[in-house]
Amino acid sequence: MSEDVKTLSAELARDPQSLVFLRLGELLRQKRQFDAAARIALHGLERHQHLADAHDLYARILADRHDYEHAFDEWDMTLRIAPHHTGALKGLAFLYFKVGDLGQAESHLQAAHRIAPDDPSIAQAFAVIRGEAPSSGAMLPSPDDPVAEPLPSAETVAPLPETRVFAGLEGAQEGLLLLDAAGLVLGGALKTPEGGDVTEAVAAYLAGVSYEAARTAKLLGLGGWRGLSAEGQSGHVHVGQPTAESMLLVVRDRSVPLGRLGLLAQRAAQAARRWLERQG
Amino acid sequence: MSAVYLRSLDLITRVRGVRGAMVVARSDGLVVAEQLMEGIKGSTVAALTASLAGRLHRAMVAAGLGPSQFWHLQCEQGAVLAVPAGDGLLMVAVTEPEVNVGLVRLELLRAAEAAA
Repeated sequence: MSEDVKTLSAELARDPQSLVFLRLGELLRQKRQFDAAARIALHGLERHQHLADAHDLYARILADRHDYEHAFDEWDMTLRIAPHHTGALKGLAFLYFKVGDLGQAESHLQAAHRIAPDDPSIAQAFAVIRGEAPSSGAMLPSPDDPVAEPLPSAETVAPLPETRVFAGLEGAQEGLLLLDAAGLVLGGALKTPEGGDVTEAVAAYLAGVSYEAARTAKLLGLGGWRGLSAEGQSGHVHVGQPTAESMLLVVRDRSVPLGRLGLLAQRAAQAARRWLERQG
Repeated sequence: MSAVYLRSLDLITRVRGVRGAMVVARSDGLVVAEQLMEGIKGSTVAALTASLAGRLHRAMVAAGLGPSQFWHLQCEQGAVLAVPAGDGLLMVAVTEPEVNVGLVRLELLRAAEAAA
């Protein structure tokens, strides 16, 4: 343990209400001791629930752990408390960039730039989302030197060929998606009605939907959740869990009624279960 | 306005199998109006459904499907159904497992229209 961590830990032990947890948590994060950093951040949040910097710190730790959904929530909370918090604006820009929503990423960076026009990291981040600079490091949400590794991209976490998962099923290449519990793509693909590939973006959000569905069912005393169906303006969606460790998303246009979508989802879930069993 | 909500909630809860209905603020998950059977905690239902609606909204927009107009969470011992209403509200129903989902959906949509 370095002297700095020891000193700051001792200071926090002497005065648990102290804001020194912000420095200690950030220091641990920079040392990549994410579990310890998270404990310190949560300790601070218990005592300073309305401190924007505490939520920002915890969000950065979550982002470093690739827990983007909860990082999003923490930065969202940061902005509710302090709407001009540039760290949170940059953090949200980073998350939007990760899911491919470049419009939102740029919009958040512009807001951060209006507040801190001299911040060089914002100019760097603009260059990344405009494709003028490599993404490694520059988009990472840190007030100090970024420490997280470059995050997995579509190239490094390539989905397995869909034919091995949903072979023979309608929509295997644009409306069926199988994910692991962390939201990483196992197979299938998803395209917008206009044909744009949104597989990675939707996968990133879906882990949060599944988590929230399970939490809702449990806390309302409704047992386990079996599925979530939704009607959108341009199509319908069904989310299910073929196994405890996977999620399945089925999307169809509005001509397919929700009831039929449920049947399609059952068939896709069977195919997914068979495929997952074969993987051992 | 609250009379409109209460009338709408009354119609929803008349459907057999509906254990309760409520109007929820989407932004903060607070109860605006409720009509619930004993044992259902309105504030819990409101907070959870608003949070789930927010996450689902982000996923659906990312998928190019536009905002959700109706959603149905199927659980082992019941279900939660919701539709967005005007002014950032959600109309929510908590049901038994055996319920006519189509009918509840219809009443929720009517209630949302009346609230708007």
